[in-house]
Amino acid sequence: MCLGIPGRIVEMRNEGGLPMGVVDFGGVRREVCLAYVADEVSVGDYAVVHVGFAISKVDEDEARRTYDVLREMGELNDLGWIRDVAEAAASVEVPREQGGASPREAAPELPGADS
Amino acid sequence: MKYLTEYRDPALARSLVERILRVATHRWTLMEVCGGQTHTIVKQGIDEVLADAVEMIHGPGCPVCVTPLEQIDRALHLAARPDVIFTSFGDMLRVPGSRCDLFQIKARGGNVRVVYSPLDALELARGNPDKEVVFFAVGFETTAPANAMAVWRAKQEGVSNFSVLVSHVTVPPAMVAILESPDTRVQGFLAAGHVCTVMGWEEYEPLAGRYQVPIVVTGFEPLDILEGIWMAVRQLEEGRHEVENQYVRSVRREGNRPAQELVSRVFQVVDRGWRGIGVIPASGLGLRPELAAFDAERKFALQSIRAEEPAACRAGDVLRGRMKPFECPAFGTECTPAYPLGAPMVSSEGACAAYYNFGRFRRSAAGD
Repeated sequence: MCLGIPGRIVEMRNEGGLPMGVVDFGGVRREVCLAYVADEVSVGDYAVVHVGFAISKVDEDEARRTYDVLREMGELNDLGWIRDVAEAAASVEVPREQGGASPREAAPELPGADS
Repeated sequence: MKYLTEYRDPALARSLVERILRVATHRWTLMEVCGGQTHTIVKQGIDEVLADAVEMIHGPGCPVCVTPLEQIDRALHLAARPDVIFTSFGDMLRVPGSRCDLFQIKARGGNVRVVYSPLDALELARGNPDKEVVFFAVGFETTAPANAMAVWRAKQEGVSNFSVLVSHVTVPPAMVAILESPDTRVQGFLAAGHVCTVMGWEEYEPLAGRYQVPIVVTGFEPLDILEGIWMAVRQLEEGRHEVENQYVRSVRREGNRPAQELVSRVFQVVDRGWRGIGVIPASGLGLRPELAAFDAERKFALQSIRAEEPAACRAGDVLRGRMKPFECPAFGTECTPAYPLGAPMVSSEGACAAYYNFGRFRRSAAGD
């Protein structure tokens, strides 16, 4: 329900006093109300969008910093035995009638696949 | 950077899992209060790989799931009226009321429309002046600014055939209700990243102190959730209980002030019933008295519609973490996503539906 998708603002305009715009989500473009971020965004910025409203500007420096910290952590770790743990957990037999995911299949999914 | 794929890297996920398992000296109990996080945790098996270090309890984090039966029945009543166009987010259409759901009303000819944004509902009202357009305003703090804007614009433009059936809930009072319940096992929380994007985290600071629980504001991608768990476990291991922010790229301490301002201009804090839990004081938002003209409950005199929840649905025990979905006698038999008894089996973010869809029919050897 609180799903928010980051997208790039490609157009901004004023519609009867309401800041509106177009946001690009990896190729899919949507009308978005920018009223709650109008003072801090410009075309080209990323924003988190929820039910047609931008609720925050994505802080690119922080996004990169978080990712860098995670990557450094990853480089510091020996990954060998963890695969065994993950695979052991994944091999526990549970009915998968719906063809569900297991930790082995922790694959990326498309934006918006969750609802 | 596109801020999605970077946070789904399997190798980084493994290294975080390893860190959490290495740092944990106890099996800690954490609760997430966000259906989107529940969905990711169960789908990716995050709780299973971390079973030795943490037990994840899936809290009442799905507004669809906690919307009281009474409000669903009121929505069904409105949707069946020939003079009404009933608009809603798609998630609400299959939530069972006492006798049927919105989809069935639509199938019988009711004018029920799914909208992407509450502004689309307002647009429908502008375009259909001979109809009453009602929008089902549900959601947490994340959705409140959008719904508030639709009401505010309707007032400014004098769109008198637009009204909202409000069932807004807020997260911190539910966390307090869980922490105050005598049998609570929750030792720390992942707070919902988008709720906090709007509200900030100031209101969580007294909770962390009073109840001595770490609260980590957490995002939604697999790496976000793993890092949030890691931060909470580290606090527990070090005996700290603070509010920390994992989702720094979207959340600021003060939240989104313009959004908060419009929400408080349109809504006021009210007591609100939570499906399966009951009334939690000051846990919801209702329209301010000066906006009563846009309140569907008043406009259509819906207060007399009352409902009792079915006893077979144990949603309350699941939402409070007293029971895993598969421990409910109705799970997967009487109650399935095709024929749900209660809302947690309907929404893709409900704990019961997540367990059903990802094949969690019993406790796994990893300890669930």
